[in-house]
Amino acid sequence: MPADIYLNVAVGGVLTGLVYGLMALGLSVIFGVVRVVNFAHGEMMTIAMYIAVTLFSAFHLDPLLMLVPIAAVLFAFGYVLQAGMINAFITRPEHSQFLLLVALAIIIVNVLLILFGPDAQSVQTSYSFDSFQIGPLIVDATKAYAGIAAIVVALALFVFFRSTRVGTAIRACADNYTGALVVGLDVKHLYALTFGLGAACVGAAGVMLVLIVDVTPPLGPAYTLLAFVIVITGGLGSMPGALIGGLLIGLTEAMAGLLFTPSAKSMFAFAILVLVLLFRPQGIMGKRTTS
Amino acid sequence: MIARLIEGVPRRALLLLGVLLVALIVAPLIASDYLLTVLILILYFAYIGQAWNIMMGFAGQLSLGHALYVGLGAYAAASFYVHFGIGPWLGLMVAVPVAALAGAFIGFLAFRFRVAGVYFAILTIAVAEFARVGFDHWGWTSGSSGLFLPVAQYTHNDLWLLRGHPVMFYYVILAASVLAFILCRALLQSRVGYFWLAIREDEEAARSAGIDTFHYKMVAVVISAAMTSFAGVFYAFFYNNLFPEQVFHISRSIEIILGPIVGGIGTLFGPVLGAFVLTGLAETLTAALAAAGVDLPGAKQVFYGICLLLVIMALPDGIWPWLSKRIGLAERDK
Repeated sequence: MPADIYLNVAVGGVLTGLVYGLMALGLSVIFGVVRVVNFAHGEMMTIAMYIAVTLFSAFHLDPLLMLVPIAAVLFAFGYVLQAGMINAFITRPEHSQFLLLVALAIIIVNVLLILFGPDAQSVQTSYSFDSFQIGPLIVDATKAYAGIAAIVVALALFVFFRSTRVGTAIRACADNYTGALVVGLDVKHLYALTFGLGAACVGAAGVMLVLIVDVTPPLGPAYTLLAFVIVITGGLGSMPGALIGGLLIGLTEAMAGLLFTPSAKSMFAFAILVLVLLFRPQGIMGKRTTS
Repeated sequence: MIARLIEGVPRRALLLLGVLLVALIVAPLIASDYLLTVLILILYFAYIGQAWNIMMGFAGQLSLGHALYVGLGAYAAASFYVHFGIGPWLGLMVAVPVAALAGAFIGFLAFRFRVAGVYFAILTIAVAEFARVGFDHWGWTSGSSGLFLPVAQYTHNDLWLLRGHPVMFYYVILAASVLAFILCRALLQSRVGYFWLAIREDEEAARSAGIDTFHYKMVAVVISAAMTSFAGVFYAFFYNNLFPEQVFHISRSIEIILGPIVGGIGTLFGPVLGAFVLTGLAETLTAALAAAGVDLPGAKQVFYGICLLLVIMALPDGIWPWLSKRIGLAERDK
């Protein structure tokens, strides 16, 4: 029955979309606080994906178990990057920041190419081909685990920003940079922390995504673009917006792949972006700014 | 006219420009085939960089999707040539309006709906990517399998059909780059140019002063897109093959804008200098790595990326503003 197919593909798309959402959440958090667009976002995700692939092929470590350690590595990477390089660029014009991050992205893609070669690599876990049957619905186990993990990580981040002192301090920096300096917050440290958190998000997303897709070095730029599309659709700087945008884009891509051809799926994602920019430039969940 | 163009330019700068121009004109007489190809690439990037600089450097609108105009120009002229035998100069009559319309479309959407800054940049990427995937699936231009032009005969040069020896292509792109340089100088000295700079510096203030910012931003996008489409036509006829995956790709857009940013955004000579520095750097790295016996795919790009990082960290405004002060050729403050 065709209706089943649509439903199954839709559910698969939504679960993948959750992982996309987590990836975009990282970008959104970084932009929302540091006001820097991370043009190396997808590239950072491929770093996490390659760590997961390597750990799996060398030691048979399940990527989902390695989620926290790998996210921690990416956190450290993000922290050092912001503290060592990007902090100096905070007050510089956009094109200057753009060049810095693009240069970084070029370096990451090609270092990965040198280390791992151009061939696609994947992780085949014992549950790679498992699926759950819920009534007429058949759900891939990997996508289900990945989707659930994405929700858990996103929730942890929400709680961190809402309920901890450091999270509140970071939100203060985002709201009023000068004010944060006046009350004695170490803004540079908090920025580095934020970039680290954004990197950890995209790292966690990468670990989950490696269960669903094969990884090659050029995947980085493609996912950077996808993350932009999602964040702007959802509302740049809005945390729930990133997740909702991810769901929407994941669902759109899955349905477009089914109804048209998989190679044209990104066209639909871009079409949604253009529509959103036209009719709701601040994004689905974004707040309208006066400027 | 000429007197106005060179007004206020230090005599030494004019002299150096003249020397550079003469050197470029005689270059094919002494350059090897390899060097000639590199020079063509440099001038190609200098030309597009100049076109991009009108939008970003003058009017302050960051476009990250200029590959769109290159691709549209290339595909328009190439498919008219392949399907109807219409030569590139007539094809330009199609390529330029198509690219200008695309620019006007993006500009209209963005500026009417107040899409600015990062959002504008990402809109430009999105439209270019949309075109890339669209052309991948469009049968008339052979989709993802690519559009091929009949390979050029080197026996004689046909300027009208742009079929011939690389030397001919060299002079075509040299002429285009010189014209673009002069056009940009003229634009900067015109009313429009001053309005653009006002918009770049402070759009609110410009509007308050009575400048129709929507109108002048549209003018910038359309001129920039139209100029860029010629580079696309040149690309199609020089390389004789077109793949959506290549011409429309985001990495092409990035390539286009690295030159002007590294050279010095908003300056006239920045795009030219940036093209020389970056293309020269890439070729030097290739040669150096080959000499060192390093055969790693990606090694060149890693060094290239590191050099970009160093330049942007050391010279945030680009090389030309710094260099021109050093050699006492600073352009008057714009």
